[in-house]
Amino acid sequence: MPKYIVTIGLEVHAQLNTKSKMFCTCAVGYGGEPNTQTCPVCLGLPGALPVLNLGAIEKTVLTGLMLNCRTPEISKWDRKNYFYPDMPKNYQTTQMDLPLCLGGGVPLYDFAYPKDAQKSIANPGKVVNLTRIHLEEDVGKSTHHDKFTTLDFNRAGTPLMEIVSEPELDSAEEVVAYLNSLRQILIYGGVGDADMEKGQMRADVNISVRPEGQKELGTKIELKNINSMSAIRRAIKAETERQIDVLEGRHPTDRVLIQSTRRWDDDLGETTLMRSKEDAHDYRYFPCPDLIPVQTAPIIERMKPLRPELPHEKCARFEADFGLTPYDANVLASEQALASYFEQAVSAAPHVTGKKLANWIINELLGRLNEAGHGIADCTLPAGSLGELVELVETGKISNNQGKEVFAEMYTNGGKAADIVKAKGFEQVSDTGALEAIVDQIIAGAAEKVAEVKGGNEKALNWFTGQAMKLSGGKANPKLVTEIVRKKVLG
Amino acid sequence: MSTPTIDIHRIATLSRLKLTDAEADQYASQLGKILDYVNVLEKHDLSGVEPSAHARPVFDVWREDVAMPSFSCEEALANAPRKSGDQFMIGKVVE
Repeated sequence: MPKYIVTIGLEVHAQLNTKSKMFCTCAVGYGGEPNTQTCPVCLGLPGALPVLNLGAIEKTVLTGLMLNCRTPEISKWDRKNYFYPDMPKNYQTTQMDLPLCLGGGVPLYDFAYPKDAQKSIANPGKVVNLTRIHLEEDVGKSTHHDKFTTLDFNRAGTPLMEIVSEPELDSAEEVVAYLNSLRQILIYGGVGDADMEKGQMRADVNISVRPEGQKELGTKIELKNINSMSAIRRAIKAETERQIDVLEGRHPTDRVLIQSTRRWDDDLGETTLMRSKEDAHDYRYFPCPDLIPVQTAPIIERMKPLRPELPHEKCARFEADFGLTPYDANVLASEQALASYFEQAVSAAPHVTGKKLANWIINELLGRLNEAGHGIADCTLPAGSLGELVELVETGKISNNQGKEVFAEMYTNGGKAADIVKAKGFEQVSDTGALEAIVDQIIAGAAEKVAEVKGGNEKALNWFTGQAMKLSGGKANPKLVTEIVRKKVLG
Repeated sequence: MSTPTIDIHRIATLSRLKLTDAEADQYASQLGKILDYVNVLEKHDLSGVEPSAHARPVFDVWREDVAMPSFSCEEALANAPRKSGDQFMIGKVVE
């Protein structure tokens, strides 16, 4: 059996989080009562005239800046004609030849791959090239019943970016990485929430297989109706297997691959034919006469300062400036709020390495937040307070275990680290004179242990430290005690 | 330049129009005249003319992203031929 190469291109629809719709002033929002967010424009009533939403144009241009796209000097809107009841005008207002963004690419972040695939990434650092991003309107929501269909037009007219990739993805795992990375970038830019479960991000998958050694791509088949990240992986795997079975002549029903659109059925775990190329829509695009073209240069200039530091750029800086491991950097950069929490904590702890602070945040803080099902946005412990606490631990004022106790107290009841340390009587004795007296007392009654240390048994030093901790009621600074013992016994 | 033939029945299908034979003939000849005129336009030398994206040299007509009150559900459904609760109702759609 020859080996087969899978080639995948994606058309991702991502809703923008504007306040109002693309061509009218109706509010945009998920979960409203049906048909309470409509007007003559988004209901397609005769004579209603659309007006462009500048905010949506700006957010799309910003997306283009984040993904290194170019923008034509003039951008315009076109009508895509088709009859489907979720689109009351019988055309969708979209962009054909002069979209807001051309080219660019989506970087695939290591930690955006499915967890079980992160150890075996075939193409680390891969950037998937984009064809274009255009700005259009979402359609209404239809609900199919036994004998009829009902329509809710609240969603109709929601600003929607269509982000089209080149056919450059090689596996279902890369598709997942693409969608997760893209989502992270859209959230970083504040342009959309891209939650697949809420339908804010949807993907159509173009997939083809060809035998290894064949240059030209195989028959392109489009998959629709994929509603979650896990379903997308299942759909691609199932469709790939189907296509290979057909090529190998062992598919029970399908004899040849035809250029077509197929629907994924997540319950059945298989794709079914929706329409073949012969029934492909003839959209008869033409420029929308109701909308005026836009000049993009001033918008690009306005958006440039708003381009955020992107996740991979933040990771690189955290690794270089704070010596973080790629893993820690990725965890902290996974959310902007978490990254700035880390940076605030660092600036409150001048004697602490970034690595140590990262450990406290990832292990202690995120550990507790995750336990409670909370995110960093729900965190009531100020970053500065955590920084001060870790500063106390790392400068030897309190021990690591005491630090964790203080952390637990601060996390639950708030308060300043220094005050809690005092209240708990944790302050370590770092007064050399007092510690020397304690050490002298121990040495006087432990001739054998002194001999052991002198005989070269370094471990016996720990015994002295332990005794000093006991005598001081746990308050002695262990690092200082060890130093003093070493000095006194070994000279 | 000859006039391209028009598949009037395909265009009618795309437009969801049911045409009688007489209407089909009539529209075919009318659309043919429009295409003839495009042939006239194509004869002009436009090599020095910049392409334009709209009939008028006007740009940047837009509004700020501000939401305003919408129709109530009753208003939205006022002209609906059929409704079901708070939704428009249509024949069963299969695709």
